[in-house]
Amino acid sequence: MTGMKLDNKEIDQLLKEMADRLQAFLLKAGRHDPLIIGIHTGGLWIAKRLQQLLGTKLPLGELNIAFYRDDFSRIGMHPRVTPSKLPFNIEDRHIVLVDDVLHTGRTIRAAMNEIFDYGRPASICLAVLVERSGHELPIRADITGKTITLKPGEHAKLLGPEPLALEIKKAE
Amino acid sequence: MTVYNTIQLDENGRLKHFLTTEGLGRELLVEILDHAESFAGVGSRAVKKVPLLRGKTIVNLFFEPSTRTSTTFDLAAKRLSADVLNLNLAASSTSKGESLLDTLHTLEAMHCDMFIVRHSSSGAAHFIARNVAPHISVINGGDGQHAHPTQAMLDMYTIRKHKQRFDTLRVAIVGDVLHSRVARSDIHALKTLGVNDVRVIGPKTLIPAGIESLGVEVYDNLQNGITGVDVIIMLRLQKERMISASIPSEHEYFGRYGLTEEKLEVAKSDAIVMHPGPINRGIEIDSKVADSDRSVILQQVSHGIAIRMAVMAMAMGSLSGNTVKPDEDTDK
Amino acid sequence: MKIQINNGRVIDPANIIDEAGPVCIEDGVIVSVMRIPKGFKPDQVIDARGRWVCPGIIDLSARFGEPGDESKATIASEAAAAASAGVTTVCCPPDTSPVIDTPAVVELIHQRATKSNKVRIYPIGALTQGLKGERLSEMYALRQAGCIGVSNANHPVINNEILRRTFEYAASTDLIVFIHPEDHHLRNHGVVNEGAISTRLGLPPIPETAETVAISTALLLIEQTGVKAHFCRLSTAKGVEMIARAKRVGLPVSADAGICHLYLTEQDVDGYNANCHIIPPLRRMEDREGLLQGLLAGTIDAVCSDHQPHNDDAKTAPFSLTRPGASTLEALLPLMLDLVDKDLLTPMQVFEKLAVNPAKILGLESGSLTAGSIADVIVVDPELSWTLTTSQMLSAGKNTPFINWELSGKVTHTFLNGQLVYNGTSS
Repeated sequence: MTGMKLDNKEIDQLLKEMADRLQAFLLKAGRHDPLIIGIHTGGLWIAKRLQQLLGTKLPLGELNIAFYRDDFSRIGMHPRVTPSKLPFNIEDRHIVLVDDVLHTGRTIRAAMNEIFDYGRPASICLAVLVERSGHELPIRADITGKTITLKPGEHAKLLGPEPLALEIKKAE
Repeated sequence: MTVYNTIQLDENGRLKHFLTTEGLGRELLVEILDHAESFAGVGSRAVKKVPLLRGKTIVNLFFEPSTRTSTTFDLAAKRLSADVLNLNLAASSTSKGESLLDTLHTLEAMHCDMFIVRHSSSGAAHFIARNVAPHISVINGGDGQHAHPTQAMLDMYTIRKHKQRFDTLRVAIVGDVLHSRVARSDIHALKTLGVNDVRVIGPKTLIPAGIESLGVEVYDNLQNGITGVDVIIMLRLQKERMISASIPSEHEYFGRYGLTEEKLEVAKSDAIVMHPGPINRGIEIDSKVADSDRSVILQQVSHGIAIRMAVMAMAMGSLSGNTVKPDEDTDK
Repeated sequence: MKIQINNGRVIDPANIIDEAGPVCIEDGVIVSVMRIPKGFKPDQVIDARGRWVCPGIIDLSARFGEPGDESKATIASEAAAAASAGVTTVCCPPDTSPVIDTPAVVELIHQRATKSNKVRIYPIGALTQGLKGERLSEMYALRQAGCIGVSNANHPVINNEILRRTFEYAASTDLIVFIHPEDHHLRNHGVVNEGAISTRLGLPPIPETAETVAISTALLLIEQTGVKAHFCRLSTAKGVEMIARAKRVGLPVSADAGICHLYLTEQDVDGYNANCHIIPPLRRMEDREGLLQGLLAGTIDAVCSDHQPHNDDAKTAPFSLTRPGASTLEALLPLMLDLVDKDLLTPMQVFEKLAVNPAKILGLESGSLTAGSIADVIVVDPELSWTLTTSQMLSAGKNTPFINWELSGKVTHTFLNGQLVYNGTSS
């Protein structure tokens, strides 16, 4: 699928559909007043758009999972880390975790570990723009914009923040 | 000096040992400050930890007694989820070099990953870094009169928080510069970060020979030295200095070099007052000044934890051996 | 045993000889130089073509490790190193353990030296008992036992009144006082030269005045007491000036410099290099310049190794906790020859500083190739390139600042008392 792209318009369309499904999902599960947390960097862009579409007034949470990655001993410290910011108490709250691409699931695992270090949420649901092949952990999204199958060596990358675009690239 | 670079950095230019601020590039020092920024919030969360160094063993090797430095390193290591071993070894039991090496080898045999070292002999941290197994990182918690790099970095972090830019600053370091490893490390860090105007102020008996070669100006009059400065770093005066005929009395020292509100008037109106602690009220600093808004002394302490977390994480991370810079988009 | 050394460039400053010719030795004595005696049938012939034939080096200060520090070095090991370095006579300072303040210790050293049969040792006796700086040592007894001088090494004499008495007493027993000029209090437990480097490294400093103040005091007391004195290991340019002035007004003083101070400076300590931890400390470039000038002008009469072997433990520690001293016997001659390569000294001047003048200072009849004198002779290949490595060094102490230096010039043969005690050639 190398070369495939989604442009800003297409992404906006996907996000509208996601927002609708998310609202339905939350209503059905009885999860009121949800807090939206986006994962740096792409997840945050998506989360911002979703928040606008959902019309929630609550502040957005930003998660940087740099300190919860499972590959620190292989890779070391990332030179630039924007700190996580959760400007609310998550105790007993319903969380909507947002990311741009779900691939192996390790980022989501790290994100959940980090969230639990801030407190005990009532629930977490996951919304991703793209869910791609290559799961390594038993983690799935509750709301997915688009599901794609990629060949080994291919990567899905979200560019942004304005305009947003999704590209499929071969790894260098 | 290149000689410090070759031992402190690994082949990829990442921090492996943190022994002195001398010889490290500006980018690296800024990286330490930036990382500390990221770690600063950890202490205000419900769970005051990140799992970054989980499973790693860090040893606090304190050959010189210290409560505040060892506890902040201890706390910093624990907030990174590392296991900590605190060894307070009196200097006398390890006064011979061979015992020092033996101590190291014994600890290595216990599979430790990092040593935080404080020793009364200058060059001790370098010595340990040179003689330790290659997979172990060494952080200097203060060696003799030579260096106290984590203190310098928390000082820089504090300055950056209040002043943002370094290149336009005037900084004064006041007191017993001769015996101060903090002063030396501060000077190297300040110069590297771009501070052009650094002054050292103190009686001639407490200013070391040739210190101008580090790029500082020497003053023996406090008023003259702190005129128009943005930052004043006060150093501790130790009681022994009277016995060694360096000052006649604490009373006279306070009269000439003690920081009072009145003397502070010639500094900039928004000048900040710093001190590595513990402070001697009424000797180097007047209580009113120590407790005023200008004093950032207590902030320095909390910054110390974040800085030490940053340095430990960076040094431990350098041992990963991977040259690839982590890309957030991989392994999602 | 008859030995003939042919075709070598004979360098004998005492007799102002610097030309090619033979040297003949018989029964431990030099029988002729520049000619072969009629009917001389040598048992051994050495072809010294391309090499120099010189008097054996007289080293005014080298330590052998014993008695006291046998784990570091022994007379046997260091004598072998000395012989390989062309050093035939050595003065050892009194700071052994036990201190050389009794004839018994002098005897012990003499016996061990004789046993090794590789070097001649003149122990320097202690100036004060136990080197404590309080009570006069039994200088007369030490002289009888064979000491030609006394010294308090690097230990302080507790006050100037006692210092004056030690000088007076030494003068009365006709002993030379070997002075290590150091004001104990100004030294203040320092380990490196006071300056920008000591400040950067945070190491306790030794100011220039620790040396110059001591020289000044000593010179005035020498003038008062008339004692013959030798200043050991000058390290400051200022100190050299002071000795020069003293000589000009006729004081009976001589001086030496250690080979390290002619080559290294405080820069070499950077990085906490414990092999450069020596006392007196390595000083500034200006001081090294001053020492070289003093050497050329004759203010500094002799150069010595100041050899101090140490084992690894003594040097493997944070800098201030290491023991001072460098293993320098084997680098002494090559480094002096380097000064010849740099056109700073002539070969004659080298052996003036290494043999003739030390002999004069000690009042010995050696340091020359004069016919009739004891055959302490060395053959030197001045062009031989070699690297000083720990595996090659014969000294038990590998603590040298010159490790892995490429040196030019090596001794090929050393004769002590006419006996070949070192043969560096494969034959």
